[in-house]
Amino acid sequence: MAKKVALLQGNQACAAGAVYAGCKFFGGYPITPSTEVAEELSISLPKVGGKFIQMEDEIGAMASVIGASLTGMKSLTATSGPGVSLKQELIGYACIAEVPCVIINVMRGGPSTGMPTGPGQSDVMQAMWGTHGDHAAIALVPSSVQEIFSETVRAFNLAEKYRMPVQVLFDEIVGHMRERIVFPEPGELEVIDREAPTDGPDTYKPYDSTKGQIPPLASFGSGYKFHVTGLNKADDGFPTTKASLVDAEERRQVDKVMDNVADIESNEEYLTEDAEVVIWAFGSTARSARYAVNELRKEGIKAGLFRPITLWPFPTKRTAELAVQCKAIVVAEMNLGQMIHEVERAAKGNCVVAGEFRVDGEPINPAQIMKKVKEVL
Amino acid sequence: MKMAAKTTVLNLTEEEFVHPGNRACSGCGLSILYRIGLKALGRDCIFVVPPSCLTVMQGLFPIAATQMPVLNGTFASTAAIATGVKAAMRRLGRPTQVVAWAGDGGTSDIGIQALSGALERGEDIIYICYDNEAYMNTGVQRSGTTPQGSLTTTTPFSGKSEVGKNLPAIIAAHNPAYLATCSASYPLDFHDKLLKAKQIKGLKYLHVQTPCPPGWGIEEHMTVALGRAAVETGLFDLYEIEDGRMQLTGQSLQQLGNTGLRPVREYLEMQVRFKAFSDEQVAALQAQVDQRWSGYRDRFK
Repeated sequence: MAKKVALLQGNQACAAGAVYAGCKFFGGYPITPSTEVAEELSISLPKVGGKFIQMEDEIGAMASVIGASLTGMKSLTATSGPGVSLKQELIGYACIAEVPCVIINVMRGGPSTGMPTGPGQSDVMQAMWGTHGDHAAIALVPSSVQEIFSETVRAFNLAEKYRMPVQVLFDEIVGHMRERIVFPEPGELEVIDREAPTDGPDTYKPYDSTKGQIPPLASFGSGYKFHVTGLNKADDGFPTTKASLVDAEERRQVDKVMDNVADIESNEEYLTEDAEVVIWAFGSTARSARYAVNELRKEGIKAGLFRPITLWPFPTKRTAELAVQCKAIVVAEMNLGQMIHEVERAAKGNCVVAGEFRVDGEPINPAQIMKKVKEVL
Repeated sequence: MKMAAKTTVLNLTEEEFVHPGNRACSGCGLSILYRIGLKALGRDCIFVVPPSCLTVMQGLFPIAATQMPVLNGTFASTAAIATGVKAAMRRLGRPTQVVAWAGDGGTSDIGIQALSGALERGEDIIYICYDNEAYMNTGVQRSGTTPQGSLTTTTPFSGKSEVGKNLPAIIAAHNPAYLATCSASYPLDFHDKLLKAKQIKGLKYLHVQTPCPPGWGIEEHMTVALGRAAVETGLFDLYEIEDGRMQLTGQSLQQLGNTGLRPVREYLEMQVRFKAFSDEQVAALQAQVDQRWSGYRDRFK
């Protein structure tokens, strides 16, 4: 049977991907340019036995997602810059309490209200360091409508597997763009559910590190009674100030991501094998960069594209390898230079690292990337 | 405090504070309120506005809707920002009115904590909530004040299942210095209530029902007719609360002796947003209105 094909908006593809991944709860709040994710799920979630709630504000939306997830439901919220800022305390809560959930950030400019209907890529550092305290982060940056679908599914998988919040960031261009999408059949994409505890309710400990880096999470309402808190806690979930326990828990929660980068990482490379200059770009900017690579090749310049799909944890290893191989890396991003700092850190001075930035609400076009490449070579 | 002589179209100031050619939708109830309201408030005002249709109406460069200073803040913070502005103006010895002007989402949902705090502190500000009964600026999502049964883009099947918040009642429970309900369809009533509010110290709250053609599914020329129908059917009542005492005003007061108000069905059928309303829901709503108005007749006659 032929696969189902549609012309779909990125935000709608996100909603469809969530349903495919088994999302059963959405708590959200209207905000441009992400609102279509909520509108779509208000139609589609009830049809699959899920629950859509429009909450009273952004903080409430994030809080409801955490509450719902602890009952075992795969839970989602979608927002944009100012909404992500408001959610930050609870994102940190989901980190320390280890609550699986997915946060969609359809990026506009900023800070504050910025340009609600224009694109931006200026929340990428916030995705890592927006909430206070030490923590690991997983953030995915799809660049097409098809990829929004599949990366939303992967975001749920990573959230469930690593028991933590996962953010999917796509700029307004990808969110509002309409493209052809081929819907995967059920079973075609991997769908991961959180690991169930092997211990019975009497012996279960929600943060028992002897069960591995990611202790299984029981569901409220399934007979397991346990304590969840934003305080530093011992393995039974109750607060502690004992230095050795606090230290071990903090480190485990970061290590569970950093020790598994190979599993979480996802990149696309285009003509990098012999590249003398690599354009390092993600989201809609990577589409301009790919066009620029083709044009530069026509002019005899050996250009290539490195496109991270997992932005956090940062693709340090591959970026470092490319820095050794090529003369220059040009980082193109719709902000005033955020990921370039990480690229520079990974490159360790082994090649020239230059940036092409834009924050005027217009996409970075291939011509300006080509111009920058020619400047640095 | 007694209300001064009523303003009419004959003695309404001709001075305009809102520029023509702003970015409001055609038929926007808010644009009526803004134009007439600013005539009452006068020039010595600072406005605090959260993200809302009003910020859109203010315009994009190089167009600006007003000649007043406007502090377009963040969504959750209107009354808190106004608090800071007013406190500083008072320290500076300036009598400037600080006017917070927010929508129903910015007031009843995300902004209610800041407003409740300002009410409890008795901040000397005027707070106007223009209630178009949904998040219209982001494309018609349900809000706390969206009426039951209303179709929105996040209540797409049978309309909102919950009853809308009675926001003026929540405000009244804070004992504000002055509370009034108004309608965009009675702009001179709004004008005179603002004149009165200006004379009162403490937090003055004006709740204004504001028809929205694209959000309610009405023709652009029906804005005034809709607001009037809401009042004449007894669904939305015009009243004031001063010193804890409520009294009906304007059209609502005039129709107190009239036991045959227009049926609510007339109001509902004028709008696309209520097309999912069942006969049972109409009957239940009519019964609620009848009961409330029966209470008014006992209380105010």
